[in-house]
Amino acid sequence: MTTGKRESAYRNDAVIKVTGRARYADDHTFPRMAHCVPVYSDFVHAENLSVDTREAARQDGVLKVITAADIPGAVRFGQIERDYPMLAEDRILSHGDVVALVVAETREAALEAARQVRISADPLPPLIDPEEAFRPDAPVIRPGTKNNIVNHHKIRRGDARSALAACDIVIDHTFRTSFVEHAYLEPESAVCVPRPDGVMEVYGSMQHPFTTRRFVAAILGEPLARVEIRTVPVGGGFGGKDDTAAVVCARAALAARLCDRPVKLTYARQWSMRESYKRHPYVLHYRMGLNRDGRVQAVEARIIADAGAYCSTTPWVTWRSAVQCCGPYRVEHVHADVYGVATNNVFTGAFRGFGSPQVNFAVEQLMDMAAEKTGLSPLEIRRINMVTQGAETITGQLLNNHTVSIREVMDTVAEKIGYEEKRARSSRGKGDPENLYGVGLAICYRGASLGAEGMDFCSAVINCQFDGSILLEVGIHENGQGAESAMILTLQEHLGVDRGRITYRQPSTSSIPDGGPTVASRGTLMGCGAVVLAAKKLKKIIAEALADTLGCAPEKVRFQDDAILGEADDQRLSWDEAMRQLFLKRVYPYSFAGFRAPAVTWDEETGQGDAYFTYVYSCQAVEVSVNLKTGRVRLLNVVAAHDIGKAVNRPMLLGQIYGGIAQGMGMALMEKVETEGGVIRNASFRKYRIPKAMDLPEMTALIIENPDPTSPSGAKGIGEPALEIIAPAIANAVYHATGRRMDRLPIRIEKEDA
Amino acid sequence: MGEIIINRRRYQVAKADEEMSLLRYLRARLGLTGTKNGCEEGVCGACTVIVDGAPRRSCRLKVEAVLGREILTIEGVEAEDGRLHPIQEAFVEAGAIQCGFCTPGMILTSYALLSKNLNPTREAIRKALSGNLCRCTGYQQIVDAVELAARKMRDTGFVARTLSKGDTV
Ligand code: FES
Ligand code: FES
Repeated sequence: MTTGKRESAYRNDAVIKVTGRARYADDHTFPRMAHCVPVYSDFVHAENLSVDTREAARQDGVLKVITAADIPGAVRFGQIERDYPMLAEDRILSHGDVVALVVAETREAALEAARQVRISADPLPPLIDPEEAFRPDAPVIRPGTKNNIVNHHKIRRGDARSALAACDIVIDHTFRTSFVEHAYLEPESAVCVPRPDGVMEVYGSMQHPFTTRRFVAAILGEPLARVEIRTVPVGGGFGGKDDTAAVVCARAALAARLCDRPVKLTYARQWSMRESYKRHPYVLHYRMGLNRDGRVQAVEARIIADAGAYCSTTPWVTWRSAVQCCGPYRVEHVHADVYGVATNNVFTGAFRGFGSPQVNFAVEQLMDMAAEKTGLSPLEIRRINMVTQGAETITGQLLNNHTVSIREVMDTVAEKIGYEEKRARSSRGKGDPENLYGVGLAICYRGASLGAEGMDFCSAVINCQFDGSILLEVGIHENGQGAESAMILTLQEHLGVDRGRITYRQPSTSSIPDGGPTVASRGTLMGCGAVVLAAKKLKKIIAEALADTLGCAPEKVRFQDDAILGEADDQRLSWDEAMRQLFLKRVYPYSFAGFRAPAVTWDEETGQGDAYFTYVYSCQAVEVSVNLKTGRVRLLNVVAAHDIGKAVNRPMLLGQIYGGIAQGMGMALMEKVETEGGVIRNASFRKYRIPKAMDLPEMTALIIENPDPTSPSGAKGIGEPALEIIAPAIANAVYHATGRRMDRLPIRIEKEDA
Repeated sequence: MGEIIINRRRYQVAKADEEMSLLRYLRARLGLTGTKNGCEEGVCGACTVIVDGAPRRSCRLKVEAVLGREILTIEGVEAEDGRLHPIQEAFVEAGAIQCGFCTPGMILTSYALLSKNLNPTREAIRKALSGNLCRCTGYQQIVDAVELAARKMRDTGFVARTLSKGDTV
């Protein structure tokens, strides 16, 4: 285990980012570039929409006002269901729907004209409560569907009902989580340029170039090969620049195609917050049964996630919730139902954690409640129930292909923070009501990468130049997390060359095959996996070509110290010399390799299968102080440990942990998208507050490394594990401070009168 | 026609542009896109520039209001020969950068802080940075960076040069 000691950080994009030279989407301009803005309606739910653009089109500087009728390709698109209207047609299903686009010579002119677009429609009552929408007699929101259920995932294992009936203790509790905004610091932006060769070139603030390309090609009705998405720095994503950002790119491309000019569409913060999808609010009803010895026998869960008006990735998000609905515990009898339910709220989709923060919030509090009921300590009850090497998960997967380290991870944190001693002196509601103290902890495992929710493969190209320099390109997108740097470091290690030789070539969708989305904390795992395999192939090519010169068999050729060596140390070619020799031999030192994730399996009916090919193990503990007079909860200390397989870039890894904790802390204590009748009431940074530097304590991050055999580089992922258990850790700490169970997010302490 | 000094260079401002926000003027008129727009309502701090030594939000300033004043943007922080300022070096070394969208504003706020106090506590750094939002880093390595920058500046005698107004850095 290693701690967060200072070590100079490496990032290939650090210098351009500290000097202001990094060019994000909105920083691009092109000759004759026009500006585009979206037009919204005041409706939340309405039919017979009609949009009168005549007056707007007559305004000064206006080039075109675009509605759904102008779209040459598909109006509706989506990653799973093609239900999301890139411009609204005949009905409005949410307050975030865009009804028209205004394109003008300047942004000011476009904004001015947008006010002149006349919109009329027949309003319908909005359905905004997911539990109401779930009822069989609820009005059906989405035309062409039978009910409001977007998806239903099940886990059926053993016989939960009879097992619960036989349990000594049954805990029955409902938890609720809230809408959360991603609040990436850079609002969505796209600049689209119709190229002379007919290709639409896109510079966008998005997480997934290949997803974006599908949206753009769909709206234009053009083939994938005629859309080229370029990679530019992204000002944060956290899952939030998936379909939402792709749609912004698609709209800008539509405007660019129709006006035959470069077009920029940059979102104002308020539009971003109004329209972009949020984290799913969940209602989680659990019944957990256990014996007096603390062994959990059975869990019954019914979980409802508010999908909002469109499907987006709801089926995938809720699938993860189902797989992980019992936390990292062995439970023989499980009967769980997880539903995504459509409402007229702004839609919900991918957000760092992806369905796990919500179930963890429930499960990790249930474990503390169970500890109390059985008289065990929260650590003991977790130890009794947690998965161990070779154990079977609730989906019937045997954890035998990697190191199951949850015990090591939890014990490390507990010891570091002094959990037992601090728990003993927690206030439990007694003492100074303005300064109650508590400690709390939570653990989890997280299935790595996409699991059975998606096609999981990715590729890399290593293109060595004859002067000794090296171009590396991978089908993973830099979202600010340091993915490119991790891949450069991996290549450096596997080729044994100086880092200075390697230039990361920012790929476009036309230069490398679709590497899948940079989601699910899969960037390092999949991207570095592809780099390792491509490096292997490259070394084989080089070794075969130079074996003679080095006087040894190709298998004996070694790559180290920026040179290529035979069996003896004096049989040696410097890297430069080796490249020159390859040129003379007319051999390309070039390789391409794809990494295919190990197979996973799933049965939709029983919810059984090998859901993920490996797991990341995590524990986080916090200390809080609670003031009952002001209702304020202060985070005093955080200790986190994660087994991520292998640390590729330690300072960046620490940054992911700190950043994930900060976001999770926001969700736990501060953030909630307030809606009223489907309209967001706090769609601005002024009203929606995210954590500031003063809101966070100093954090301690501990990295545990058990290199993972399923990952060619040994590394797994950290982006999401870092965020997904801080809320229950805080809730448990607040309980130890106050004696009150916090079953809603964000945590609100009812003030006591002075 | 008014005049404005940005990164030690003088610019003549067209009358029609005086009504623009400084942020839009920098980005759209001068192509100085290092200053970022995160909210345009004075909350996030991504648009922070230094006006006569003090950190200001350029989205909330009219060009008119800064005529004749001296402005430093992120593009003017490095030395003329391209050497990084110790604060920039420290941000790189401490791993304080992720998406980088908050970075220019963070660096300029730190610049203003360190011009006044070369020995700030971590608490003081957090306080100074509390008007700059970062969604990626959890702030810890940014605080590390500012501490490291302060040390570098103390060790190399960077003090005097950043303290005297109008001096190039
Ligand atoms: S853009 Fe000026 S404070 Fe956010
Ligand atoms: S690094 Fe992304 S907002 Fe700070």
